[in-house]
Amino acid sequence: MEIFEYAFMQRALVGALITGLIAPALGIYLVQRRMALIGDGIGHIALTGVGLGLLTGSAPVLTAVVVAAAGAVAVELVRQRGRASGDIALALLFYGGISGGVFLVALSAGRTNANLTAYLFGSPLTTTSTDLAVMAVLGGLVLAVTLLLRPWLFAICHDEEYARVAGLPVRALNLLLAVTTAVTVTVAMRAVGLLLVSALMVVPVATAQLVTRGFRSTMYLAMAISVLASAVGVGIAGVYDTAPGATIILVAIAGFALLALGLGAVRGWRRRRLVAAA
Amino acid sequence: MSRTGRGPVDRTSPVDRTSPVDRTSPVDRTPVVDVRGATVAYDRTPVLTGIDLRVSAREVVAILGPNGSGKSTLVKAVLGLAPLVAGSVALFGSTGSAIRRHRHRIGYVPQRLGAGSGVPATVGEVVASGRLARRGLRPPRKADREAIERALAAVGLAERTRDPVSALSGGQQQRVLIARALAAEPDLLVLDEPTAGVDAASQDAFAGALRAFAAGGGTVLLVAHELGPLQPLVTRAVVIHSGRIAHDGAVPEPTGYHALPGHDHVHPHADTDRAGIWGPGWD
Repeated sequence: MEIFEYAFMQRALVGALITGLIAPALGIYLVQRRMALIGDGIGHIALTGVGLGLLTGSAPVLTAVVVAAAGAVAVELVRQRGRASGDIALALLFYGGISGGVFLVALSAGRTNANLTAYLFGSPLTTTSTDLAVMAVLGGLVLAVTLLLRPWLFAICHDEEYARVAGLPVRALNLLLAVTTAVTVTVAMRAVGLLLVSALMVVPVATAQLVTRGFRSTMYLAMAISVLASAVGVGIAGVYDTAPGATIILVAIAGFALLALGLGAVRGWRRRRLVAAA
Repeated sequence: MSRTGRGPVDRTSPVDRTSPVDRTSPVDRTPVVDVRGATVAYDRTPVLTGIDLRVSAREVVAILGPNGSGKSTLVKAVLGLAPLVAGSVALFGSTGSAIRRHRHRIGYVPQRLGAGSGVPATVGEVVASGRLARRGLRPPRKADREAIERALAAVGLAERTRDPVSALSGGQQQRVLIARALAAEPDLLVLDEPTAGVDAASQDAFAGALRAFAAGGGTVLLVAHELGPLQPLVTRAVVIHSGRIAHDGAVPEPTGYHALPGHDHVHPHADTDRAGIWGPGWD
């Protein structure tokens, strides 16, 4: 694989690996809460942050984190209220976010060379060393929260009412999870893009669940699957010149499909053996 | 060891439930649960009106009542899950935000596993989440692991620690919820319809776990539709009807066919029926 002798490919790979490692670590909590698509929504809101950054000439990643975090907190408050109109409030946030972002990025078109597609669908091949440093720091924070606080985050995502009765700081943990979601989405923006972030948060978790029995094992297996899919995806994209973000996600989905089909075939074979023996 | 509510809360020393309860020292008179004039309303419809309920340490109180009487709401109000429109609830002698200090002493057993189960979880992981109330923010110690093992053993699920909760029967899942509450070594166990729709083997397992808990000096508050194997444990029955207390005292004798398990009290009583489990004058 001579393609990896190029520095830009090495940086792309490292960025994708960091993303692959942290996305399911956060995503597993969203899936547990049956809120799998919230990552998608936060990604939409982050685009406004990107637009603001480009328009004002500040680092888009920074403004994206801030706006995404504010949006995630708003989403969490909507969820806590639990009213039927929550659906509409979320739609307003998500579509306001993405249209705000497209609008602002278009306004800044004269000032920067920023490509909207790059933010929406990722551009790992243009990852700079500074980008990697930022991703490593933010990614480290995400891992610290999702791994070190696992027992508490598990408790509130598994049975929030029980956690409240037991005296756990439910509100603070929920807000922390919301902000960490925003940070994860922003880190993943470079490798797979804001529109595909949710896929990397959810698909590896869904794949791992096919074979695991517990929460901890699901989390570790999902992280391993995600890192593998990210590496393979970047490799294929480098060698065959395909869209890298989409390639990573398609590899992840192919992994899910293969495992699901494989398990189905094994079970079918076992069943036929039992019937034949009877 | 502070279980009486006086002095600073000690979360770190292990609660000793193996030695016999010392009945010679003066019993602390602070009620474990003290509800005064509690009124709960949803959208201005009163569900509970003017409830006065005092539960002392070591009592096993059953809250009984027909469907829709407000008994589950009463328990939620005690736990702080339902807002009070009037009145007050004191737990371990504290009201309002001061209850926070005592939250690790409450073990709550809801009627069924919460909805947040998009990802598999093992029996051990769910029970361990109950230990967090006593663990606070510190890393796990041997005492924590042992408490979790004891809780699992108390409900007879020790061999299923590594099994996913979804693979268990309804009754076994209920046992997991009891073990989760016991893992924190609480002083007060609050159970919401623990035997509803549960197989006989699991009902016997809980009765055993509750008996051991009460024998160790714990206080129990349980909402039940039918007592079944729990009846011998109950020291006092509170009957709720239409949001008010209709009876508070000895466990009423079930009469005639009302005593059959699975019997559902939705029909009116004829005048000729002897005053049964719901007291005279119902209907």
